[in-house]
Amino acid sequence: MQVNETGAFVPTVVAFCCNWCSYAGADLSGTNRLQYPSNIKIIRVPCSCRVNPMFILRAFQRGADGVILCGCHPGDCHYTTGNYYTRRRMTLLFSMLDYLGIERERTRVEWVSAAEGQKFAETMKSFAAEIAALGPNRRLEDLRCRK
Amino acid sequence: MNNDWKDRIVRMSGAAVQKCMRCGKCSATCPNYGEMEYHPHQFVYMVERGDTERLMASPSIFECLTCFACVERCPRGVEPAKVIEAVRLEVIRQKGANHLKPDDLPAAADEDLPGQALVTALRKFAK
Amino acid sequence: MQKLGVFVCHCGTNIAATVDVKAVAEALGREPSVVVSTDYPYMCSESGQNLIKDAIREHSLDGVVICSCSPRMHENTFRKAAAQAGLNPYMVEIANIREQCSWIHKDREEATEKAIVLGRAAIAKVLLNTPLTAGESPVTKRALVIGGGIAGIQTALDIAEAGFPVDIVEKEPTIGGKMAQLDKTFPTLDCAACILTPKMVDCAQNENIRILSFSEVEEVTGFVGNFTAKIRRKARYVDETKCTGCGLCTEKCPVKKVPNEFNLGMDNRRAVYIPFAQAVPKVARIDPDWCNMLKNGKCGLCSKVCTVGAIDYKQTDTVLEEHYGAIVAATGYEPIKVDRYGEYAYAQSKDVITSLEFERLTNAAGPTSGTLLRPSDGRHPHTIVFIQCVGSRCTPEMGKTYCSKICCMYTAKHAMLTREKYPDTDVYVFYIDVRTPGKNFDEFYRRAAEEYGVHYIKGAVGKVMPRADGTLDVQASDLIMNEQLHINADLVVLAAAIEPSKTARRLATMLTASMDTNDFFTEAHPKLRPVESPTAGIFLSGVCQGPKDIPETVSQASACAAKVIGLLSKNKLTGNPCVAHSDEWMCNGCSNCASVCPYGAITYLDKDFRMPDRSTKTRRVASVNPAVCQGCGACTVACPSGAMDLYGFSNSQIMAEVDAICK
Repeated sequence: MQVNETGAFVPTVVAFCCNWCSYAGADLSGTNRLQYPSNIKIIRVPCSCRVNPMFILRAFQRGADGVILCGCHPGDCHYTTGNYYTRRRMTLLFSMLDYLGIERERTRVEWVSAAEGQKFAETMKSFAAEIAALGPNRRLEDLRCRK
Repeated sequence: MNNDWKDRIVRMSGAAVQKCMRCGKCSATCPNYGEMEYHPHQFVYMVERGDTERLMASPSIFECLTCFACVERCPRGVEPAKVIEAVRLEVIRQKGANHLKPDDLPAAADEDLPGQALVTALRKFAK
Repeated sequence: MQKLGVFVCHCGTNIAATVDVKAVAEALGREPSVVVSTDYPYMCSESGQNLIKDAIREHSLDGVVICSCSPRMHENTFRKAAAQAGLNPYMVEIANIREQCSWIHKDREEATEKAIVLGRAAIAKVLLNTPLTAGESPVTKRALVIGGGIAGIQTALDIAEAGFPVDIVEKEPTIGGKMAQLDKTFPTLDCAACILTPKMVDCAQNENIRILSFSEVEEVTGFVGNFTAKIRRKARYVDETKCTGCGLCTEKCPVKKVPNEFNLGMDNRRAVYIPFAQAVPKVARIDPDWCNMLKNGKCGLCSKVCTVGAIDYKQTDTVLEEHYGAIVAATGYEPIKVDRYGEYAYAQSKDVITSLEFERLTNAAGPTSGTLLRPSDGRHPHTIVFIQCVGSRCTPEMGKTYCSKICCMYTAKHAMLTREKYPDTDVYVFYIDVRTPGKNFDEFYRRAAEEYGVHYIKGAVGKVMPRADGTLDVQASDLIMNEQLHINADLVVLAAAIEPSKTARRLATMLTASMDTNDFFTEAHPKLRPVESPTAGIFLSGVCQGPKDIPETVSQASACAAKVIGLLSKNKLTGNPCVAHSDEWMCNGCSNCASVCPYGAITYLDKDFRMPDRSTKTRRVASVNPAVCQGCGACTVACPSGAMDLYGFSNSQIMAEVDAICK
């Protein structure tokens, strides 16, 4: 568990962003100098449908406190239908996480287009704040993976 | 410049004075324009500049009918009538007349008084 | 043991100001496998690239990590550099420490720490990269231009001039678009028809251009260089190949009270009609909603008078399938509906009109033959009020958030022309700002005010009230005089905001081209790639990308054509090697991947496998066509046995990144 100089909990957040919309939206929020917390690290994937629910579980296992998955708006997927698959898969994953007793707020799916730099930054800020409020992820973290 | 005062007005009214693009639509639409020394667009501008004394001393703020025509028409969502209402409230509070006994109300309220005015009065006087 | 090189870019001060680049280079240099780790002010510069190339050669590196700007910016630059040094270009990974680190954080320590983590993730990924070779695909040397306004016309003409065949698909019965409806054009006041119609005729005569008017694109499949489009050719009940455009049928048709769209409903046309005199193609169309013959089988007059037998009441829609290498979206705009702004009384009074209607009222081919007359009583208006920014520059709830860009100038034009033709008319323009950036634009606006005596009033119109005597009471504010005015106007003209054509959204979905929140197409890069969509092979021309005037539209249309020509002149396109592939030993032939693949890139083969016991077994396994696969990765997740994986973004690579970040 990471803490800052004031002793407050700093969560580790993994963001999966599709290359065509959300990653470009993240770039745009950078170009516009819109600040969001540095504990969010982005992983680029070609499409949100490339994100295997396994990756999200892996992130939790390795100590991530929150995972956010960003893709194009429904209907705007670069690959036509990829984000529809994402939506269904994540719905299933959510119910599984529920079953495991993982807080629903730890995973989030957001649609951010390449033009929505502002939305990206705001989403990230609110998500990081939510995770910080939730506290560290202890249920899924595999302590053997901790350094 | 009086930023505290500005912030308080903005907070009280919930209006967004910084969104104003100075189009003058509020003043164009105001039905009581002729009676005012300062006009709706000026109210917004004066609040944004933090120009306290002149605005609070002006009788114009009590000329506003709170008809909400400006709120309805403003293309930027500034809501001038709410700003004016907050300024009025501020004036009343400064005078210390911010307590109204519920017993005073029925006598003051006349049958033709619109419901809006009653709510406004309560907002203004109730602590 | 692999040997990696890490190169940290300062990007001047863009990165170095908030990220301690030296510390990043040092920290990443301590990572296992990293043999060289260094920083440089501008990695993308010639000398920066040479630094990378030299390091690759000197240390015979197996992989390279560059900590710099977004991979969307310079990934290709660095891949090319690596290839020149003999390293497979797909052994390069970028850690985005500018857009996603230095620019969004202010705390130097925090940003440095994040940059190191991002670098570690890239190192973890590149260790699992495999050398990839891009496949090649052929290019169909034909372009599709969707929309036949001035943007589409200019793009098509330029592509055709370069020798490539072009199809223009236009949903209306004629090309020409909005410009055909305009009277004069600012700032030179040349007549729109005089400069547009020769171009329309050029399109019709150019042997490389095929005009598919009264048609709509229904479906687009494929990818850059290899699109297939289905185009619905709507029934016009007139044989296009036979009709000579003589117009006899349009004179004889007994149904005379059909609102004429071309004049925005301000006069009438017949049920069989040619939109306007210079229409291209000049072919009549029968409106099935009004034609007696099509409605109840009683009439047939047009078919009797037609000397060439072009009338065909039995015509049906046909669907044309055609292959294209590039597609241009040039779908243009529509003025917004102004009825929702009740204060302007557009719905109550005929004398409150939009600027486009004003344009028709002053056009010689318009409903009044060019004499400016009030629509209500046909009298000459003596006081005209122009209202700017109707629906532009609003909150999203109130209208459009953007500036429609053209209104200031066309209003100056309208005001000027009115004052010139009818000097006894008082013209008032209510404005918030007058925006005139453009060559000779401000001079034009000043001329309207100074030489033509147009009254420009800074302020807004609060309400327009029709009065009993037929005039309009315009209540407005004058912000400079600080007073409220009442003007007794005969005519009120609303500068309505413009919005992208309603058809654009559906088209964007078909083309998988992205759009912004206002339904304008987004460009691949707002500054450096303004005429390309982020989707390869899709190009943007005209107002469908953002509000613009005619000169700007034409220059963008030509720029777009140049990009299309550049694409079509290639014989082969190198594809994206980051495609899916299946591990045939793990594949159980379940078909899940094929059912999710949006491109139909996955087929099944019956293949013989030699089993451990030396017997031969025929198994059904998935096989990906790399030329068709676009690399979305949907199949990789759908695969229950984990046989499907994606080159460049493999399961192990992404998990390595996850691990590196969560460490």
